[in-house]
Amino acid sequence: MASSTGNDVILLAHGDGGLLTHRLLEKYFLPRFDNELLHQLTDAASFPVKPGHMAITTDAFVVDPIFFPAGDIGKLAVCGTVNDLAVSGAKPLYLAASFIIEEGFPLASLERIVASIAKTCSEAGVAIVAGDTKVVGRGQADKIYITTTGIGYLLPEARLGYRRIEPGDCIIINGPLGNHGLSVLLERESFDMDAGIVSDCAPLNGMTERLIRQFPSVKFMRDLTRGGFATNAKEIALQAAVDLRLDEKSIPIDDNVKGITDILGLDPLYLANEGKFLAIISKKEAGKAVDLLQNEFSCTKSCIIGTIDAGKGDVFLKTELGGTRRLNMLTGAPLPRIC
Amino acid sequence: MLDFSDAQLGRLFLPKLIDLARKAIDQLGRPLILMEVCGTHTVAISRSGLRSLLADHMELRSGPGCPVCVSDQSDIDRIIALARVPGVIIATFGDMVRVPGTESSLEKERALGARVEICYSPREALSIAKGNPKNEVIFVGVGFETTMPAIALTIAEAEKQGLNNFTVLSIHKRVPPAMEVLLNDPELRIDGFILPGHVCTITGRKVFDFISSEYCIPAVIAGFEATDIMQAIYLLLHQIIRGEAKTTIGYTRLVHEDGNEKARMIIDEFFESADAPWRGFGSIPGSGMALRAIHQRFDAVRKFPIEVPPSSPPEGCACGEVLRGKFKPRDCPLFGEVCTPSTPVGPCMVSSEGACAAYYQYE
Repeated sequence: MASSTGNDVILLAHGDGGLLTHRLLEKYFLPRFDNELLHQLTDAASFPVKPGHMAITTDAFVVDPIFFPAGDIGKLAVCGTVNDLAVSGAKPLYLAASFIIEEGFPLASLERIVASIAKTCSEAGVAIVAGDTKVVGRGQADKIYITTTGIGYLLPEARLGYRRIEPGDCIIINGPLGNHGLSVLLERESFDMDAGIVSDCAPLNGMTERLIRQFPSVKFMRDLTRGGFATNAKEIALQAAVDLRLDEKSIPIDDNVKGITDILGLDPLYLANEGKFLAIISKKEAGKAVDLLQNEFSCTKSCIIGTIDAGKGDVFLKTELGGTRRLNMLTGAPLPRIC
Repeated sequence: MLDFSDAQLGRLFLPKLIDLARKAIDQLGRPLILMEVCGTHTVAISRSGLRSLLADHMELRSGPGCPVCVSDQSDIDRIIALARVPGVIIATFGDMVRVPGTESSLEKERALGARVEICYSPREALSIAKGNPKNEVIFVGVGFETTMPAIALTIAEAEKQGLNNFTVLSIHKRVPPAMEVLLNDPELRIDGFILPGHVCTITGRKVFDFISSEYCIPAVIAGFEATDIMQAIYLLLHQIIRGEAKTTIGYTRLVHEDGNEKARMIIDEFFESADAPWRGFGSIPGSGMALRAIHQRFDAVRKFPIEVPPSSPPEGCACGEVLRGKFKPRDCPLFGEVCTPSTPVGPCMVSSEGACAAYYQYE
């Protein structure tokens, strides 16, 4: 983070609430995040609400490195929070974003991150309506941390919950697993492997809203972030007190991801995703839901990967060899700071 | 050439394997027990579901083939003591970080302020040493014959670059002496050994010949796809049915009769055999690899002579029994209750190649 002049990096004074803070907002944040609510520049954004239920979620992002193939901490901070609302059956509307920045952080990097946040917000159809910036001394934080809080309203058609899951339901996913976690790991550890693996980081609310509106039998959804697919599957099995029966053959994993995880001794089913979710849906509608994801959202590898069985919270994977193995929760995280 | 990663090949092959197992059981008149010596094999067998597919016909028992697991408690305690030396950076493969020592672990020491860096290759440890000239970087050399050449080359590179803040704590081990201990155990009855393919790429086949020539037990060197392991089992069963005992190569894609002489020469230039303590086995003569005296300035043991108090394994932990093939992981009273991957009592539940972790995670 060396700088020749000191004019192109974050100073402690950028966080003191004075003139430099004001300039930082005016120059870097407001033009990108421009919207009516933010423009009020009051201490809190106020907006009208509809009857029904609201949904709120918050998430902190500390990913290292902050820029990785096909994504960055800004894009992640939007997608992470939007997707948590999306898989809860909500339509995300507004985000609040809070930045903790290390002294000496390049303004050019900040500009890039803010631009990425703005672009991702526009893709997801949400607006940043409140925010905060703090600067801490060099070494007291690692470059930049972002916390986003998202608010939205529950779609009236959404009736999601563990209790609706029942034997015979199908489990569908929207695409191949493991790309985000692996791309961040490869970037961070500077492995000399150019396998073209990029993060799958993307907002999911377009897909989830369509699924919920079109298919009344969508019973549960979950984005497959930390702990990866396996950990989330196990958690669902335990909470819903059912068994998940999965077919290894049908779980999509890109060839390059499979190759590199084999070399590194990692299991792609335990790697984080930032643009993947699973949905549990009746057998009757599962095929049509997959068709929708494939045809209208270009999720070419979306498919049914398994079914729900009566049980006590186990996840069984039928291996390609025809054997059975259990999936458990991730323990002893091999990959810290992937989001 | 056959594609051993093709699961369909394995599926087609399975009925033949089971058929042969039935014949072998008839021949022996008792249940079959085969041992996979290598931790990577243990994981492949668990993960592919092979153990469950063959469970009615044979027992596949895990052996002492996970280098992290066989590291003695005293060695773990020594690493932790070194991590507490001011200015020291411990560089290690990730699995070592969570192995419990007598009082602590590297993970806990790191939380308390020690510097512990996880490396994927020993060369990264060199970069850390170069980037931190005021610190002492100690690389924890853990592994069998497969790992040693890369570490020897790293020391050569450190020598070439004139680095004087880089040392290696060598707790490397050789597989054949441990096999001998197993074979001399009168309580252990194994009908055939699945031998570690990667170790044999370095050692060659001949060093394991004594298993069949002296102890009359069939042994086959296997690759790491489930289908490779099935092929090795198939070859073992054939020997059992014919009443033969040979040490043969199933993993012909990579393993040769004489192994890799160049790699062995590099090992030999830097290391010499020494007695070494193994978890569960005690000291095994000639099973360790210590740095040669002429390279002593890269030897962490010589540079940091620390007294480590005698230690005993954690109470109730059966890792020793598991490693000697006496227990299956589930025979340990702590398995899955007290000892889990998030609350490990012994190393077999920590390491990604540990038998307990593989059983817990996949079976």
